[in-house]
Amino acid sequence: MLADILQSLPQVLVDGIALGAIYAVIALGYTMVYGILELINFAHGEIFMTGAFIGVAMLILMTGMGWLAAMPAILALILVLVVTSILTGFMGVGIERMAYRPLRNSPKLITLISAIGVSFLLQDLVRFITEYKRGNYILTGPSMFNEQFSIKFSSISSSFSDAFFKTSTLILIIAVVIMMIGLDFFVNKTKWGMAMRAVAQDRETASLMSINVNKVISLTFFIGSALGGATGVLFAVQYGTIDPYIGFILGLKAFTAAVLGGIGNIRGAMAGGLMLGILEMFAAANLQLLTGGIFGAEYKDVFAFAILIVVLIFKPEGLFGKAVTEKV
Amino acid sequence: MGIKRGLKVLAVSALSLGLLAGCNSSGGSEGSNGGGGSGKVIKIATQTPLSGGSATLGESIKLGAQLALEENKKKFEDLGYKLQLQPYDDQADPKKGVANAQLIGSDKSILGVVGHLNSGVSIPSSEVYEKYKVPMVSPANTATEVTDRGLKTVNRIVARDDFQGPAGADFAINKLGAKKIFVIQDKTAYGTGLADAFKKAAEDAGAEILGYEGITVGEKDFNGVLTQVLSKKPDLVFFGGLYTEGGQLIRQARDKGIKIPFMGGDGMDSSTLVEIAGDAVTDVYYTSVAADASKTTEGKDFSSKYKEKFNKNVESYSAYGYDSMSVLLKGLEAAIEGSDGDLPAREKVAEEIRKIQDFQGVVTKVGFDDIGDNKFAKVYIYKFSEAKYPGVQEGEISK
Repeated sequence: MLADILQSLPQVLVDGIALGAIYAVIALGYTMVYGILELINFAHGEIFMTGAFIGVAMLILMTGMGWLAAMPAILALILVLVVTSILTGFMGVGIERMAYRPLRNSPKLITLISAIGVSFLLQDLVRFITEYKRGNYILTGPSMFNEQFSIKFSSISSSFSDAFFKTSTLILIIAVVIMMIGLDFFVNKTKWGMAMRAVAQDRETASLMSINVNKVISLTFFIGSALGGATGVLFAVQYGTIDPYIGFILGLKAFTAAVLGGIGNIRGAMAGGLMLGILEMFAAANLQLLTGGIFGAEYKDVFAFAILIVVLIFKPEGLFGKAVTEKV
Repeated sequence: MGIKRGLKVLAVSALSLGLLAGCNSSGGSEGSNGGGGSGKVIKIATQTPLSGGSATLGESIKLGAQLALEENKKKFEDLGYKLQLQPYDDQADPKKGVANAQLIGSDKSILGVVGHLNSGVSIPSSEVYEKYKVPMVSPANTATEVTDRGLKTVNRIVARDDFQGPAGADFAINKLGAKKIFVIQDKTAYGTGLADAFKKAAEDAGAEILGYEGITVGEKDFNGVLTQVLSKKPDLVFFGGLYTEGGQLIRQARDKGIKIPFMGGDGMDSSTLVEIAGDAVTDVYYTSVAADASKTTEGKDFSSKYKEKFNKNVESYSAYGYDSMSVLLKGLEAAIEGSDGDLPAREKVAEEIRKIQDFQGVVTKVGFDDIGDNKFAKVYIYKFSEAKYPGVQEGEISK
């Protein structure tokens, strides 16, 4: 049994890191908004989904006009990523302005419901537009970065098998790492990052220190949503097909990853996302082996979430969270 | 104050959602032709999804049925009746299907229904048809439960799921020479039923099942399951499920270097599968209950008539819509003759339809057994050799 698990481990790790990277960036969006507003922005999964649709629509449009064939694929992807993240960034700011800011002083439950409302609205809006344009709401983008690679783990030791992946996996992981490092630098090293941390700590005191709280909150939403939208594009390139309902399950899992790492903690969200992705992939590949055929791969989520519950029972503030008393 | 404004936002979003829903449903309600006209009118209803994700298939059934009805108009005028088509849109939704079925039941001039596309809609709707005794002929339902309930009014002209799975297994083992098979299914009634039937037949035929795994509908990443496939090295992967997950599974498998043939059921019989999987779709086999109309001369004639009339290419179920309507009208004709030219009762029409034993349609011969299954129904095997829908027909299996 152990030999079998070892055999597939390299492949599980590669796929798990790719999926975990996606969870991690979406988790950032949840964690940033929670950290600053104590609001669980359930519409964030849908911003990710909308980003995926905008990206694919742009890629299809560019293919139609022959641009995709004319320029290097990586350049096209970067262009799409930048435009999509700007659009979804402004979308996030707009959502905050219209659905959350007016409710900022009302009970938390009200904003939560407002967030759920926004997420349904976005799902159906995207579905309506896609169905109107294409007759079908399942969208398949042009296929890019399909060159295959294999890492020869088997030459290290015969108990491992080779791991296969394609270029888009590599691009996904690199892009996510850049986004994470960039965000970490921004929050910890810049003036605006300091303002964000100050508002997260105490909104009223921060405003007394001549910090424009509304601007900082808008910025937080912009950055979180831009990252989410860009991840949507990367997701669409990696997995090929998207529909308006991808944001729900992925958003829920990313939210869980944020909780696992300690909600409000940016580095925690990154670690939580990666952990959840690898755990899920490991369960899907090995659950049948581990339980002697009683549970199959379809129970992977139960497995991952059971571990989450155990973690939270023993460390309720999350793996990397500090047990803060005055806030959270 | 904050709460009040929040409610405003909520109300606005609720209102816009309602508007969207309204837009969606108004697309398909072209069905009310107005039942005017003198003389004795007989209406035949069709009930298929005319809006939403499977509208292409639903529309093709309706058009096929419409063609058959218009060709028979003259014959019924000689008998003293005016035939009319009454299309309904079930939106692939059981609730909508049942609501339409109530309307059909209460319209006394409707003497039969051609439909539905989805077994899940057919099963509850046919309970209503049975209550009002409206005979139904289904061009597409494969779930065993559709006819297993033994309703007097329910008939179908396509093969059942418990025939399709074993037919696939037989082909995989005897024609493709698969010895070691990995089975994946999507945990739905359809996918599990098909995969189980396939697995059992394959085991009986001597193949080794290396794994039996489930995936979740709506998920996008199936790499975990595929890692198992990679390490177990089977000759063939069988997938019980629909084209959305099927397409992604195939695509991700090819990305992982899994080059073995894949096989699936009629849930994979869709052009969207090719769209999703792209070039990865080569070397994929699927069983379907729908024949390729272009294989026979009758079928080719039908396709050109259809193209000429509607300016659309035939879909997999167009000819089945046509044959279903033809069978239904044949029963209706017999019932009118039996009642000396008076408007026949619905029970009588249902009885006459069930009695049909050797009707030659465009794509299938029809003869009903005592629960309404077609004795001559066949399962067809197709293969994608390039990224083009439909695949090439590789064989057909009769009961």
